[in-house]
Amino acid sequence: MIYERNRLQTILIYCGGLLILFWSAAPFLWQLSTSFQNDVELTAATPSFIPSPLTFDHYANIFVEKSFQLYLRNSLIVAGFTTLFCLAVGAMAGFALSRLDIKGRFGILAAILSVSMFPQIAIVGPLYLLASDLALLDTYSGLVITYVALGVPLVTWVMFGYFDTLPREIDEAARMDGCSTVGLFWRIILPISAPSLVTTGLLAFIAAWNEFMFALAFTSNIDHQTVPVGIANFTNLHYIPWGDIAAASIVVTIPLVLLVLLFQRHIIDGLTQGAVKE
Amino acid sequence: MPRLAPLLFLLPIAVSLGSVSLYPILNGLWLSFTNTSLVTQEHDFIGLENYAQLLGDDLFWNAWRHTVYFTVVSTLAETILGLVMALLLVEHFAGRSIVRAAMLVPWAMPTVVTSKMFGWLFDGQYGVVNWALRSSGLIAENINWYGSIDHAMTTIIIADVWKTAPFMALLLMAGLQTIPKSLIEAARMDGAGPVATFIHVRLPLLMSTLLIAGMFRALDAFRVFDLVYVLTGGGPADATETLSTLSYKTLFSALQFGYGSAMATAMFITEALIAIGFGFFIMRKMRAPR
Repeated sequence: MIYERNRLQTILIYCGGLLILFWSAAPFLWQLSTSFQNDVELTAATPSFIPSPLTFDHYANIFVEKSFQLYLRNSLIVAGFTTLFCLAVGAMAGFALSRLDIKGRFGILAAILSVSMFPQIAIVGPLYLLASDLALLDTYSGLVITYVALGVPLVTWVMFGYFDTLPREIDEAARMDGCSTVGLFWRIILPISAPSLVTTGLLAFIAAWNEFMFALAFTSNIDHQTVPVGIANFTNLHYIPWGDIAAASIVVTIPLVLLVLLFQRHIIDGLTQGAVKE
Repeated sequence: MPRLAPLLFLLPIAVSLGSVSLYPILNGLWLSFTNTSLVTQEHDFIGLENYAQLLGDDLFWNAWRHTVYFTVVSTLAETILGLVMALLLVEHFAGRSIVRAAMLVPWAMPTVVTSKMFGWLFDGQYGVVNWALRSSGLIAENINWYGSIDHAMTTIIIADVWKTAPFMALLLMAGLQTIPKSLIEAARMDGAGPVATFIHVRLPLLMSTLLIAGMFRALDAFRVFDLVYVLTGGGPADATETLSTLSYKTLFSALQFGYGSAMATAMFITEALIAIGFGFFIMRKMRAPR
């Protein structure tokens, strides 16, 4: 910057930065603090922000009484397989659209993206009937098949954007050496795209991990229900177990937060490339 | 083989989207012309009867109004707040990367968790928000936020703004960073203050990003489901019922797949109109001479 900020502007900028930090982090930190407090302190007239005494009861409750590990297992399986299939299908499509001779590639890309803009409520009913006919209700497969289709447009779009930045000379050199199309994709393009695959996979994983409506409609018991459904159903007969809910929230959110913080640079780049491209 | 290869690479995505997106959309359209119900086990073509019933259905129009209100207010609030945050974040200051990282937390968190979290924050009895407002003397009595007809929608909007405004800011920040610094510096040289620079240089150049981001946000807000379903379930007294929650209940509680599909299709049409409306402005913006 050429011009200098005056003192007032500097103070305003730092205050603003602190406000955004507070806005983004405070509710989550309060949830963290809540998860370590006894119900007595939680229902006191004045909330205490630092847990004292510190208790792990809520964590014990959710794992022992509410079998939270089963929801976690279901979510891990569903989101894990969704991510793998999303990457495979999306990378293939992105590769074809970016590197191969396809007429109307931007038309196809636009069509793929516009499919993802359908309101999901419009497909949940018919899909439920279909899944019921095919005996896919209360199965992992039913959820994975659905989530792959929901996630793959974004994966295709981001991977296409990345593949398109790779120089064409790579393709020509590979062809010269007698590489087939599959070989070019599998042995050359995919390995050099590993970093992009990881961050794109992370986006697909988060989307599948967080999805609620289809999981609610397609599963009816703890054997296949995912974490969001589990948390939504956390209620007690006589009171709302806020401490338990907070503990469960922390358990499912901490891994996401850590992953996101680790990959933040790439996530921001990946997600914003579509919006600012003209 | 060389002719076929591109098509083979596109086959998996075609199968996936064809069976899980396209087929259900068309099937849903067909169902909306039938009286399909899992209760009565009927499955007959009844033409436009569902749509006729929809036109006179107070619950539907109630949900339609709530959804439109939610979409307009939350999209506007998120865009404005996101823009303010973005303008701040393009300035260099110590600790900026920490702030930017923290902003991803609301976005990454499952919406169900956000919903429960705001349920606790805004709890009518023990909520920390009530406590803070009371201690600072802004209110005398606890407010029953999402438990009362007057405040439930506001609470949901606040939760949604919390979750999405930071993300909006990151999108807009990326847009702001593409504006050449020389333009801004030239404006400063000519004696334009920060406000004038914003209005005459940055805002016009940011317009297409704003419209695109706004469109995606509005489309997303219009289908709001998780937040409402978990926080209020559409209540109290239908005060927060939206098109998604009402359609879901019609499908999976009343098991009326025909009528529920008609409702979802009506929602789909409204979404398409929103997209077309934004598309119109975006096209005009892009065609306008720079």
